[in-house]
Amino acid sequence: MPMTLAKWFKGFVDRNGIGMAAFMLIGVTVWILVLIVLPQLAMVDFSFRHDLPPGKVGGPEDVYTVTNYLYFIFGNPGNPDGYNAVDVLVFGRTLLAALFVTAFNFVLCYPIAYYLAQVARGGWARVLALSLVVPYWINEILRAFAFRVIFGDIGLINTVLKQLGLIDNSIDFIRADVALYAGLGYAYVLLMVFPLYNAIESLDRNQIEAARDMGASWWRIHWRIVMPFAKPGITSGCTMVFMLASGALAAPQILGGPSSLWFTQIIYQGFFEYFNWPRGAAYAIILLVSCMAIVLGMMKLFRVKMGEIGR
Amino acid sequence: MKAGVGVELENLWVRFGDFVAVRDASVKIEQGEFFSFLGPSGCGKTTILRTVSGFQEPSEGRVLIGGQNMAGIGPNKRPTALIFQNLALFPLMRVWENIAFSMEVKGHPKEARRKRADELLELIALGDQGDKFVHELSGGQRQRVAVARALAAEPQVLLLDEPLSALDLKLRQHMRTELRAIQKRVGLTFIYITHDQGEALTMSDHVAVMREGVIEQIGDGKTIYGDPATAFVASFVGENNAFAGTVKSIGARHAVIATGVGNLRARIATAARGALKPGDSAMLFIRPEALDIAETGSSGDNRLVGRVVNEEFEGQSSHVFLEGAGGAAIKMSLTNRGGQSRGTGAGTELTLGFDPDLAVALPSGALSAEE
Repeated sequence: MPMTLAKWFKGFVDRNGIGMAAFMLIGVTVWILVLIVLPQLAMVDFSFRHDLPPGKVGGPEDVYTVTNYLYFIFGNPGNPDGYNAVDVLVFGRTLLAALFVTAFNFVLCYPIAYYLAQVARGGWARVLALSLVVPYWINEILRAFAFRVIFGDIGLINTVLKQLGLIDNSIDFIRADVALYAGLGYAYVLLMVFPLYNAIESLDRNQIEAARDMGASWWRIHWRIVMPFAKPGITSGCTMVFMLASGALAAPQILGGPSSLWFTQIIYQGFFEYFNWPRGAAYAIILLVSCMAIVLGMMKLFRVKMGEIGR
Repeated sequence: MKAGVGVELENLWVRFGDFVAVRDASVKIEQGEFFSFLGPSGCGKTTILRTVSGFQEPSEGRVLIGGQNMAGIGPNKRPTALIFQNLALFPLMRVWENIAFSMEVKGHPKEARRKRADELLELIALGDQGDKFVHELSGGQRQRVAVARALAAEPQVLLLDEPLSALDLKLRQHMRTELRAIQKRVGLTFIYITHDQGEALTMSDHVAVMREGVIEQIGDGKTIYGDPATAFVASFVGENNAFAGTVKSIGARHAVIATGVGNLRARIATAARGALKPGDSAMLFIRPEALDIAETGSSGDNRLVGRVVNEEFEGQSSHVFLEGAGGAAIKMSLTNRGGQSRGTGAGTELTLGFDPDLAVALPSGALSAEE
């Protein structure tokens, strides 16, 4: 094994030249180690510590503990419910909502990606792709506020509905979380469209025509031919959207109704309102591990291998 | 298995913007026959196939399958099955699932699908390969799976779009025989698209030769080869020595044409009877195998003279390449019997003779660009 590694290394340097090889190896190492692994390890470390005033850090009380994780489940000792109803509920609701946003996004983006990849031709396809990209020139916060304007009490939709005489009183889209789901769904359209587009684009048109020639209906062509072929793209799109939706902060902050809390907001509160970094870190780790477990579980359910996603 | 039905094209036109892909094509394909459209790439033959299968609507004219007008009927509702040039087998399905896909579409239960797929696999001699994936099969096996998949749809007309073009020569020749045998066994109407005249001639009951969207001739292989209707057909189907000239005199069946290599007599092609007059520009075609070595110094209107440039020995036959008067390229194919030399070494001047009944006179026209 060491021999092959040495051989690979030599080949790598020979192929790319010493300068490029060094840049890539050092660059990638720094990226992974300094920017990803070490901070995450620090977070893991934090999550297993007590929340101590600065003076006591490093003192005899600074020992490892699972208090923060237990707090997530049981809350404060002497809690009448016996468990931390608020946090667990928000956590569960956040994951469900993220799954919903992902599914909603897929339903929205699959037809767009299919149209771009297999139907639209030449200049028209480019115009469409561009019109998907341009809105992302506007930053996330502004986009979120734009949705507030659209869905607000005296926003665009309510005004139009009232003008048309369809409703008398404004519908509270914000409280109903319609604005939040729409905003989150919209924020990740590109992340869903492009992996899908990539996958569908490489499908041989003759496959679709062959299925059609054999009498297949449109839904069957998609179910049996296009979607199985695009599975790697579907997986990577859904993974990205799910991960980002469950970890979103700005959109829930701006578009969420007064009664709806996103789990990331609780994490944020842990860090910056209670200044309880260990608890914040523990909550962040809980979210991260749960999301990864869900993604891996889904991949197993749909029989997708890790290697396929990178294709 | 359902019986085959006839297919009729009536004054079919297909236009893409300003481009005319098919120009006034009328063909009557009998039920149960093997019919080929032959022509160079871009001649409109694939467009005709797509029009019959329903992927392309005619701009004008009608397509009738089994006497029924197909206007407005989609590909999934026609009694046709199409075999694509790249076969378009489904890579993520097992071989048997590929074959049974059309039954899945019709909602047959899994056991029935599997049973039927196994029967068809037996028919194509791949009985034990049903659980493999397509990429695990060889080129010829995939070919046969594509045929089985098309047959499983119980079509009355099978459409084949150059399905053999991806195979190597030997396999291609083998598959020709096999396709023809399958066609005879199932009795379906086969419509076959190809640019390979060997394929068209060996397999087909009838061949339509196309050029630039126009059907130039329809006939059986022997007619197409022996009695071409246009200069294009004469030059595209098989090899032919072409000599341009003007008509000197016209007889009942023969014409004498003044060419660069002398005045030559040839049978007037059936399609050109009455169309040639003295003074018209004309083409004369002589097949390489119709030429033979004649007595040196003999002359007449079935003699021409050339200097040997090169000889290719091919075992059973030899091809002699000569240069005639005015630089005309002449090819002569001789059957080899025994090994003795016939004095066809490079540089030799030979007098060649031919039977005027085996030469063809046609009005001038476009020749095949392929050579």
